[in-house]
Amino acid sequence: MNPVLEVKNLGIDFGGLTAVNNLNLVVNENEIVGLIGPNGAGKTTVFNMLTKVYQPSRGEIYLDGKSTEKMDTVQVNMAGIARTFQNIRLFGNLSVIDNVKVAMNNHHKYSVADAIFHTGKRNNNEKQITKKAEDLLEIFNLLDKKDIEASSLPYGAQRRLEIARALATDPKVLLLDEPAAGMNPQETDELMQTIRFVRDKFNICVLLIEHDMSLVMNICERIYVLNYGTLLAKGSPDDIKNDPKVIKAYLGD
Amino acid sequence: MKNFMNNLFGKKNRGRTFSFLMVIAVYIFVEVLTHSFRVSRLFTSLLVPTCCYIVLGLSLNLVVGFSGELSLGHAGFMAVGAFSAVVVSGLTSSIIANDIIRLIISIIAGSIISGLFGLIISVPVLKLSGDYLAIVTLAFGQIIKSIINNIYLGYDANGMQFSFVTNTLNLENGKMLLSGPMGATDTAKISNFTSGSILILITLFILYSLINSKYGRAIMAARDNRIAAESIGINVSKTKTLAFVTSAVLAGASGALYALNYSTLQPAKFDFNTSILVLVYVVFGGLGNINGTIIATTILYILPELLRSLQDYRMLIYAIVLIVVMQMTNSSKLKQFVESIRNKFFKKGEKA
Repeated sequence: MNPVLEVKNLGIDFGGLTAVNNLNLVVNENEIVGLIGPNGAGKTTVFNMLTKVYQPSRGEIYLDGKSTEKMDTVQVNMAGIARTFQNIRLFGNLSVIDNVKVAMNNHHKYSVADAIFHTGKRNNNEKQITKKAEDLLEIFNLLDKKDIEASSLPYGAQRRLEIARALATDPKVLLLDEPAAGMNPQETDELMQTIRFVRDKFNICVLLIEHDMSLVMNICERIYVLNYGTLLAKGSPDDIKNDPKVIKAYLGD
Repeated sequence: MKNFMNNLFGKKNRGRTFSFLMVIAVYIFVEVLTHSFRVSRLFTSLLVPTCCYIVLGLSLNLVVGFSGELSLGHAGFMAVGAFSAVVVSGLTSSIIANDIIRLIISIIAGSIISGLFGLIISVPVLKLSGDYLAIVTLAFGQIIKSIINNIYLGYDANGMQFSFVTNTLNLENGKMLLSGPMGATDTAKISNFTSGSILILITLFILYSLINSKYGRAIMAARDNRIAAESIGINVSKTKTLAFVTSAVLAGASGALYALNYSTLQPAKFDFNTSILVLVYVVFGGLGNINGTIIATTILYILPELLRSLQDYRMLIYAIVLIVVMQMTNSSKLKQFVESIRNKFFKKGEKA
């Protein structure tokens, strides 16, 4: 298996506070990997460093063997890392389908002049964009809601739309920040199947942060546990379940 | 055929069709009115400025409504377009005899130069946001006005002459194009209501094309959530620059049309009040609402002029109307009423 995302000795300081330190992490091709830990462990900070919302203080990030050191958020996404957010960040005033369409801008190139004069190039690209967006919405069971405003979707549907939007950027790695937060058990179940389906269909790897342990233990092939910004344990779901250090971190002595 | 009808009257495109039909209908109505009845000079004198303010309002809506950035200097872009057009029209008056061609060239020149100004100031300006951006655009408007206030430009047989702050021009039988605070004097009046209406239609076409493209989606996405927009690979500052420059181009065109409707025009016309006035039109019509901008501009521009005979009370009445309309557009009952009318109207359209 080839590593797609490789993190070496990653660390970040906020003022005097070391939020994450010495993190080593690998996500291989076609793998679903979990990143768990108690509240405030630094999980979302790791995502923010991977997507360059924060610039890491130390360490390296490699995507397909290429360092992302000099990239900003936009370039990281173009290189193949897409994400969702813990506190949902949709484009609330855009329609559901436009939220997905807008994520394809970098893969469908036409100029402003094409847009204004409605050239064939523009129309062809727009047709392809619409088709792809509808296919994605179909997968996430949102196609019948495609013309309503994103902000008026129910919570669970908003989370699914965020994943669809991230996938529309055609990523190699998909970072999901608490995808099941606020979902009921049935929705969580469907979400799990969707994540697996998407992984196989688009041939991507997934790194996900989640507090819902049934989801994590069910779909993750490997798990990293973060506590106070450092790696506490890593291994298969079974290893993690029975690791005394992990149990202690979650439940205390 | 079905596709075509859907394109015109489908739920998504109703607003667009309505905009074009509304402008064309009003144009025909006004043309018939002015040609078959005696209408007051006041009324005809308001036609072209109304067109200009509609175009300016639409251009400002692109920045304020669609891009979500507050600009308080749009009169500055209008001024750049206006005086560029005056100069171009003046210089070409002996070469190009046809008024229409000269008008088109002047408007194009005005919008390009205004667009260049937009591009230049968007570089520092779009690094700021919120109140800071508003302050810088406000300053831009004032600076542009002051600069034009001090330009003396004229030409004679020996070529063009230019001076700044004091008039040192020495023209032999020549013509002054810009004379400082006096502004443009003796400009040929070549714009009319027809060209104004066509400019509105072109503006609408550009706006709708832009909004319904990947660029429009990016502009609105960057407005709704900057971090999320960057996370899906949208270059937010480039996107905002595009909106800003397009807006400057359209504001320049509106200024050009405006200037060529008057024989004299002072730079003081394009002061802070004008910027605020247009902002009022846009906010009133609804941020991101194109039809709203057109209707609000028409009403709010014409109303104070019609109330001119009530001189002392007109600002009072204007204020009352503003408050009443704001209250009414906030009431859900009125919204339902408008919605029901709209549904009736467009159901017919879909069957046809």
